[in-house]
Amino acid sequence: MRGIAVPMDSTSPTATEPSRALVPVLLFAALALAPLLGAFGAERYVLALLTRCAIFAIAALGLDLALGCGGLVSFGHAAFIGIGGYAAGILTANGIDDGILLLFVALAASGLFALATGAISLKTRGVHFIMITLAFGQMAYFVANSLKAYGGDDGLTLANRASFFGHDLLADNRAFYYLSLAMLLAVYLFARAVLRSRFGRVLRGAKENETRMAAIGFNPYPFRLTAYVISGMMAGVAGFLLAEQSEFVSPAFMTWQRSGDLIIMVMLGGMASLDGAILGAVFVVLTEELLSGFTEHWRVIFGPFLVLVVLFARGGLLGILTGRRHG
Amino acid sequence: MSTALLAVQTLNGLQLGVILFLIAAGLTLVFGVMDFINLAHGVQYMLGAYFAVTAYGLTQSFPLALALAIGASLLVGLILEAAIFRHLYGRDHLDQVLATFGIILFLNEAARMTFGANALSLSMPDALSGSLRLMPGLLYPVYRLVVIGAGIGVGVLLYVLVNHTRVGMLVRAGASNAPMVSALGVDIGRLFMIVFGVGAMLAGFAGALVAPIFAVEPNMGDNLLILAFVVIVIGGIGSVRGAFVASLLVGLVDTLGRSFASDVLRGVLSSSAANQAGPALASTLIYVLMAAVLFFKPAGLFPARA
Repeated sequence: MRGIAVPMDSTSPTATEPSRALVPVLLFAALALAPLLGAFGAERYVLALLTRCAIFAIAALGLDLALGCGGLVSFGHAAFIGIGGYAAGILTANGIDDGILLLFVALAASGLFALATGAISLKTRGVHFIMITLAFGQMAYFVANSLKAYGGDDGLTLANRASFFGHDLLADNRAFYYLSLAMLLAVYLFARAVLRSRFGRVLRGAKENETRMAAIGFNPYPFRLTAYVISGMMAGVAGFLLAEQSEFVSPAFMTWQRSGDLIIMVMLGGMASLDGAILGAVFVVLTEELLSGFTEHWRVIFGPFLVLVVLFARGGLLGILTGRRHG
Repeated sequence: MSTALLAVQTLNGLQLGVILFLIAAGLTLVFGVMDFINLAHGVQYMLGAYFAVTAYGLTQSFPLALALAIGASLLVGLILEAAIFRHLYGRDHLDQVLATFGIILFLNEAARMTFGANALSLSMPDALSGSLRLMPGLLYPVYRLVVIGAGIGVGVLLYVLVNHTRVGMLVRAGASNAPMVSALGVDIGRLFMIVFGVGAMLAGFAGALVAPIFAVEPNMGDNLLILAFVVIVIGGIGSVRGAFVASLLVGLVDTLGRSFASDVLRGVLSSSAANQAGPALASTLIYVLMAAVLFFKPAGLFPARA
């Protein structure tokens, strides 16, 4: 492992500054304590919003693994959210509502889709990769639209939330939130472990300099494909949770604009940083909520904000917070 | 499927194809010459349509509305280029995706605020509102034929411009190697601005052209943008010829697929299964086509870069 000379990215999770190490601790502590805000009233609303934050943070983490760490700009990640959601929706509609089973099917379905589409997409580079993942995302979207037996473009309402070991654990919104948060933590720790492993180093090395990696005997393709599959499965978990939370799934889960939102989350947070992906997701979900409470035309504010971030804040939110500039 | 129906759908496919070409031509040049992903190209098409509707309201003249819409689209394109895009040329594709995505959000919402969420329409000029009898049992609206003609006309014009003028030569050179063109002393900034302006103008022209036959509404550019991306990837990034061929291909495959996929499937599947699978297959057909092209010819059918 020592033989692999990979330039260490300053924003990688292995950076050893104490201030950076505190970021995830503070982040998760804040998320764990946030439901206390419900004590000021509107607990249902607060929990729903926080759950949404946790769910999109899982999806953003997934995308970050492919995009930030692997350099794979996927513009079709919403498809995995949709597939995870439809796995839950379709099984529930057929009377199967065991949470573990649903989660397993959601993982398997999104993983298989990632494997099949990734195997083809990863043959291409750069802009073509962006476009081909977009195309596969659109394919998934249109297939969901034509699922007439499961609501077509109207979507599908879930009769009930999943049960775990015979208990309807998820019926309680607080329990649902902490389950989502636990899954976020699990996904985060897993992603961290992946990045610190030999596998993660090869992945980042191939992003930095593919030729050099090839020269020392690594073919990046299988590493990238594995990362893409893991990434898709994480988004699938998010889709499963999203469908369970809203007790509804529809093709709108996987529009290309949703894929764009995920990219925004990862980029706003600061690329190649897992903490940043969580931060970005929480920020985007909360900002949307805040602005849309303020005016229905919130996009008029959010759009120019994105442009300004790109033009002037290249390290994303984490870069602003920690006073670092990325790239 | 009768011959008349097939003919009508082929013409509809051609119509979609030429509109796609008007959008894709600018997109492929911006992409090819500047290596710039402009997601906001679709909203420029939308703006063209709204400009035409507004200008018609002011002037009550269709040709004038068309001319004003083209002028306004050019102006908006140049303003966007100077204010934002110019600063993003050397940047990562991801930055470009994010910034132009922000522009989409803004312009779509701004259109909704200004013109409302309901679809508007532009009345067709009287002279073009009739139908033409192309063959027994086949009446086709004159205006749609004009759209096809205008699209092909612009295609020819662009072909001459790109292949037989000095600016066109520079554009082609830029698409194959922009740094080299710059090193040879060409003002690449000015070239970029011209390409960008022409692209915005063409997208606006397409929007104005379809305003009488499509619903003019916010987000109308979003789906066409994705189709235009499919077109330029199939055609080969930076190639106007590729964009032309791929536009017609995508337009025809999409339109004919939607009309006849269920019928064709009925040949191999049971009737109900065909009715189920038909629409799904039809709407994914062009993406399958694109994935197949990329798999076998990763640089597209007519790559601009050798």
